[in-house]
Amino acid sequence: MVYYLALAALLFAIGLFGVMTRRNAIGILMSLELMFNAANINFVAFNQYLGGNGMAGQLFALFVVVVAAAEATVGLAIVLLIYRNWRGVDADNVSIMKW
Amino acid sequence: MTDYVSTLSIDIGLIGPELALLIAAAVILLLIFTRKADRFATAIGLIGLVVSMVLTVRQWDVKVGGFSGMVTVDQFAVLFKLLFAVASGLTLLLAERYFHAKHIARPEFTALLLVSTMGMMVMAGTTDLIVIFLGLEIMSVPLYVMAGFNRRSLESNESGIKYFIMGAFATGFLLMGIALIYGASETTDLRRIVTDFSYIATNAKLFLFTGAALMMVGFGFKVGAVPFHSWIPDVYQGAPTPVTAFFSVAPKAAGFAALLRIFAYGLKDLGALSDVWWILAVLTMTVGNILALRQENVKRMLAYSSIAHAGYMLVALAVGGADAASAVIFYLIGYTLFNLGGFTVVALLETRAGSRADFSEMAGLSKAHPYLTATLALFMFSLSGFPPTVGFFGKFYLFSAAVKGGFIWLTVIGVMNSFVSVYYYLRVVKVSYFDQIEGRFVPAPLSAGVLFVLIVTAVGTLGFGLFPDNVLEIARRAIQAFA
Amino acid sequence: MADYLFLIPLLPLIGFLINGLLIGRLPKPVISLVGCLSVGGALLLALLAFFELKGLPVEARVMQQVLFAWIPSGSFHVDIAFLLDPLSAVMILVVTGVGFLIHVYSVGYMHHDEGYGRYFAYLNLFTFSMLMLVLANNFLLMFVGWEGVGLCSYLLIGFWFEKKSASDAGKKAFIVNRIGDFGFLLGMFIIFWQVGSLDFATVMEKAPTAFSFGGGLITAACLLLFVGAIGKSAQIPLFVWLPDAMEGPTPVSALIHAATMVTAGVYMVVRSNVLYMMAPDALLVVAIIGAATALFAATIGLVQNDIKRVLAYSTVSQLGYMFLACGVAAFSAGIFHLMTHAFFKALLFLGAGSVIHAMSGEQDIRKMGGLRKYIRITYLTFLLATLAIAGIPGMSGFFSKDEILWQAFSSGHGSPIFWAIGLVTALLTTFYMFRLVYLTFHGTERMDTETKHHLHESPRSMTVPLMILGVLSVVGGWVGLPAVFGATNYFEHWLDPVTAKGSELVSESVHASGGGNAGLEMTLMFVTVLLVIGAWMLARYMYVRHTETATRVREKAGGLYTVLLNKYYIDEIYGFLIVRPFVGLSTFFWKIIDVLVIDGFVNGLARLGALSSDLLRFVQTGRVRSYATLFAAGVVLVIGFLILR
Repeated sequence: MVYYLALAALLFAIGLFGVMTRRNAIGILMSLELMFNAANINFVAFNQYLGGNGMAGQLFALFVVVVAAAEATVGLAIVLLIYRNWRGVDADNVSIMKW
Repeated sequence: MTDYVSTLSIDIGLIGPELALLIAAAVILLLIFTRKADRFATAIGLIGLVVSMVLTVRQWDVKVGGFSGMVTVDQFAVLFKLLFAVASGLTLLLAERYFHAKHIARPEFTALLLVSTMGMMVMAGTTDLIVIFLGLEIMSVPLYVMAGFNRRSLESNESGIKYFIMGAFATGFLLMGIALIYGASETTDLRRIVTDFSYIATNAKLFLFTGAALMMVGFGFKVGAVPFHSWIPDVYQGAPTPVTAFFSVAPKAAGFAALLRIFAYGLKDLGALSDVWWILAVLTMTVGNILALRQENVKRMLAYSSIAHAGYMLVALAVGGADAASAVIFYLIGYTLFNLGGFTVVALLETRAGSRADFSEMAGLSKAHPYLTATLALFMFSLSGFPPTVGFFGKFYLFSAAVKGGFIWLTVIGVMNSFVSVYYYLRVVKVSYFDQIEGRFVPAPLSAGVLFVLIVTAVGTLGFGLFPDNVLEIARRAIQAFA
Repeated sequence: MADYLFLIPLLPLIGFLINGLLIGRLPKPVISLVGCLSVGGALLLALLAFFELKGLPVEARVMQQVLFAWIPSGSFHVDIAFLLDPLSAVMILVVTGVGFLIHVYSVGYMHHDEGYGRYFAYLNLFTFSMLMLVLANNFLLMFVGWEGVGLCSYLLIGFWFEKKSASDAGKKAFIVNRIGDFGFLLGMFIIFWQVGSLDFATVMEKAPTAFSFGGGLITAACLLLFVGAIGKSAQIPLFVWLPDAMEGPTPVSALIHAATMVTAGVYMVVRSNVLYMMAPDALLVVAIIGAATALFAATIGLVQNDIKRVLAYSTVSQLGYMFLACGVAAFSAGIFHLMTHAFFKALLFLGAGSVIHAMSGEQDIRKMGGLRKYIRITYLTFLLATLAIAGIPGMSGFFSKDEILWQAFSSGHGSPIFWAIGLVTALLTTFYMFRLVYLTFHGTERMDTETKHHLHESPRSMTVPLMILGVLSVVGGWVGLPAVFGATNYFEHWLDPVTAKGSELVSESVHASGGGNAGLEMTLMFVTVLLVIGAWMLARYMYVRHTETATRVREKAGGLYTVLLNKYYIDEIYGFLIVRPFVGLSTFFWKIIDVLVIDGFVNGLARLGALSSDLLRFVQTGRVRSYATLFAAGVVLVIGFLILR
């Protein structure tokens, strides 16, 4: 089980790092997906090794997949809007409001 | 209390309030194709909310679980559902005038608002982490869209994308936290975590602590705790003002509902968290207040002020116990009213052409709108905790619970902070009453809906301050659901 | 019995609602009628209540009216209830009595003002809040009134908000007061924490068992409450707002910043006298701050040239006197002085208002002089008030001040040092007050011809309140004739039920020590009176005799105005030479300590806030990536803290 957890942690770290360093909004979206899926691996692994008779972990993973899809849709729609109005998807440029 | 392990039980009556909202939203979305939705959307939305509220109130004395323990109806849930529905309804009334003035009125907005409200209700009405997560997402996804609703405005675009990225980012942490809690306890049901707590705490300490910390972060983001607050000023400033008003009260209340369920009920025996909440509360109120001091935009100032208010409410989580929990519910009820009220005035002023809601634009307000200015002053005094408004009593209960729990220094810092905040709230009053204006103040015409919102919020702000006992009693009853 | 108590604050509230809601729609006579009648009605009811209370046997002199349970839940119970006992009876008489006269006076004074309706609405709201403050039967309701009067004070100081200095002064008052309220609130929390109630009767009943005598908690609670009093009653170091508050209309200065609101701190300390008696250290702090403020403000009063600022510093100084009395556990003496001070200081302010009215708005006493010929009634009443504040025998101020001085000397908590400070303050007070009288009403006429042409006595609605207050300034002290004159000190015994419980707590009774030394008391009184008259004569010598010389010089020089002016300045320099040590000291206090250190401290705090705000804002870069990084850092810290602790 340790391997699964290590894989999940690694995936989560990659996602986290991606959000913090990517300038491209699409790249940020992809990194976010990685973070979600890292959690999913944990759920499934925990369910397999500890879950006893329940299926809660796997169910949760399914819910997360659905939710992530919905989030991605909305996210992409917003990015598209940004692309149209700002002529680009560089997240750093989108900062007229600050301080 | 064995109902939650029973077989698959489907009782539609239990989720009546949520269903009412969902149906109303669906009707609006269907009507869009008939091109008549424009006229009816707000009305249908209001009807849905009223039906939902009636159904909710009828659940007050019920305490049952259903859907295999996934749905819980108790007084805690009922109270929060009502709060969400009221906030949502007031936002709807306020939004109509604003969106028409800005030429961005579209029926989808009502549907989004209703779905989001439904998500909050789901969040409040459960003890299962899976359902809390689902509710959170049903609430959040429409909010991202609402933030960017003014498609032609760059600020609104920016608000949408920032909220989306930061929101999804926080969700990632929350999800990981829930996964770790699941790994520690083999369940996602808070009630089972409570019963097995001592076993979990000895056998899976690392997962439990890390999971709890990540959940703190995830919900801390929703309520705007420092250092997870940085999205708030930008998102609040950029979003259309009625949306900002909604953001500042409803998701925050939902976040606190989840925090109370998880940390004042599920993990209440995890004593180590108190110190973390202590630090977060102090950081949140101090940073919020200090940053609010020098703002030139009223919306942005109110955004920072909402951070500071989250800080006061976090005090209750550090203190723990029924007194503090009922105090924070009381605070939330009051805060919903006077913060919505404050944003309503700002939104109204913003309907004037070319307005950006800067401080300087409020000069001369009292001459053109004496009653409106008096109401605004009332909200500002309540925000700064001035008796006999409800804002004063919220702070008073909160801090007296803290003193009772022995958190003297936290109280001192809190009271000091609330006095710092007077400076910037008073500035609004000062500018609108005392500052001179060149030329004539362009008046902002009231609509019946906005007038209604102002009356409800102002009467509540003053009335719950003069007669706080009933509200406090209700908050106390809601907390008994945890016992 | 007592079922009409709630009407006393209610009437001004109704007045406020009528005048406030129908603002701009009522004609002026109706506004004045509503404003004055509501307070007048409250005054009649207060008198009724007073006599009913007086009719009761001494032990039973408490009336309570519970309107409804405000917060009835469980462990936390607070009522909206009014308490009438000898202490609050005195206070409501002062508030409604002086308040009514000032309302009437305002009818004349504010007649030409645009914001007439707004003014009366605020004034009624103030009266309501002040009555809530003194009639409340618990700390929480008192705090509501306490904040309410602060709000009204802010609104009325900034009443002429077209003037930037006025709205700034209002803001300063509000913010400084909030610092004080911070202490009040925390003190209240400690009391509630330890006693479990905020009701005055319960707190005073249980305090001796809930707290240990002289313990840390009770001392902290008393000191925190006193911080509140310091803010409201303008004591060192929070007095900076009061002189600036003179930007408000003069009747407001008389009502709020002299007679009533600023004395709320004294009232609160006396109201909690049981707590203070249990904390001797806190009592000592009260006495020291009171004595220091009395002396300090009096020295500043010596060099002020604005008629209202002289009176403002004088108020600060007299409030210090009252706290000195409280600090030596002579609570009834403090309230006695509060009452007499309300009469003569309100009269002084109203007189000053009448002078300013006559002088077409001029407030600088260097540009006045010789006014007694033109405004006779104002002059006479002003002189009466001056005699009273100086403590000339027979006047009200004499009795109350003498009582404080004697208690400062003889009480178990007192010491000769306090007496000496009190005496010096009394001399300074006499000096600057007569300086004010002589420069304003005597000597040569230094105003320009235009102003002189317009000199006139004020209308009847202004002079009648002056005359009534003049009478009160004389006879107001006769209710508290000292026992040493062979009379009964009615006033002290009147307050006995309120202060008795506190004095039972300490072994040596405060009052007992006074009786034994009749000879000493007489001697000290005699010395005081002689010195006070000496100070009066000094002022007369400096500001009358030499100004008369100046007049002769002017006649010889053929009415050369410039020479006169120069002569006056020489006079002033001459004065400087005689009292150089005092003037030097007072200028130092005023310029360095007041303006630089204390103002600097307050402004510095504001600047510190602004600076930290500007620095912290750079965290808010507007870029999502840096937000995410901050977020992640927060996560690492939270997890690290939880796991590593």
